[in-house]
Amino acid sequence: MAVARKIPKIMEEPTAFCAGCGHGILNRLIAEVLEEKGQEKNHILILGVGCNCNMNFTWGGDKLQCAHGRATSVARGAKTGRPDTLIISYQGDGDAYVIGLSDTINTAYVNTNVTTFAVNNTNYAMTGGQMSWTTIPGQHTTTSASGRDCESTGNPIKVPEIIAQNFDVAYVARGSLHSAKEINKTKKYVRNAIEAQLNGEGFSLVEVLAQCPTNWKVSTVDANEWLKDKVVPIYPLGEFKKREGRDDK
Amino acid sequence: MATLHLEKERCKSCEFCVTECPKEALSTCEDLNSGGYHYVEVEEEKCNCCGLCYVVCPDGVFEIRAQ
Repeated sequence: MAVARKIPKIMEEPTAFCAGCGHGILNRLIAEVLEEKGQEKNHILILGVGCNCNMNFTWGGDKLQCAHGRATSVARGAKTGRPDTLIISYQGDGDAYVIGLSDTINTAYVNTNVTTFAVNNTNYAMTGGQMSWTTIPGQHTTTSASGRDCESTGNPIKVPEIIAQNFDVAYVARGSLHSAKEINKTKKYVRNAIEAQLNGEGFSLVEVLAQCPTNWKVSTVDANEWLKDKVVPIYPLGEFKKREGRDDK
Repeated sequence: MATLHLEKERCKSCEFCVTECPKEALSTCEDLNSGGYHYVEVEEEKCNCCGLCYVVCPDGVFEIRAQ
């Protein structure tokens, strides 16, 4: 049976991302959950540096642009100053996992009651597709022209697993955007992360594997296959730290 | 009864909806929108308003209106 569906008001301004970019899908999932929870006027999106900077011009809710990598630290400050406001950092993998790794780990370590969404598209997309710590083995980028050699550059970093296994946080998950089924699962993870903060449970992190056809140098349709066949096997999907008493969410 | 509405100006021709549609009701057309993209069109007689196009679209092109 058909269900009426319309993009949330927060998303009314058209996105400024490339064609086929996964950011637009995640933007909508977050906006939908904010609307469902009545938080569309009670949140601050703390933006890292990357392609998500485009959201400065399109996101219809409150937002704050941070220096590169500092979004989770700024989120901690914002939560301290406005404890009743939903504080969400929205970052890319370069921002949250490389230049901002210390900030992300520290926020998890102290279990601050904020939420982080980290978009992993396996490269530094905004600056032209350089190799990131999340770049998969053999992946061609502008700075790994022969394919990533993990012997000399290290292996893909898995921050959700690191945080879930080492820190006492509220919720950690990884979703993907390569199909409607996985998008719907990712929305459940987004909802859990936001609910965790609303309930005061502590730090929540959701990594979202996203298409980047522009820098992967594939067609938009092939980007979905590329994501499913090459990226997901490196980065397992699912919940790594479930909310206590909510195993079925 | 529901109907599918498309905001053609938002479309960037990624074709995620075209590949996801179980009814093969969606396709990109020859015309361009103001962004220079071959926007998507729907064959209304094939569409059952399942909403998968809404789910996979990165650009908020689709709206399903219940009647």
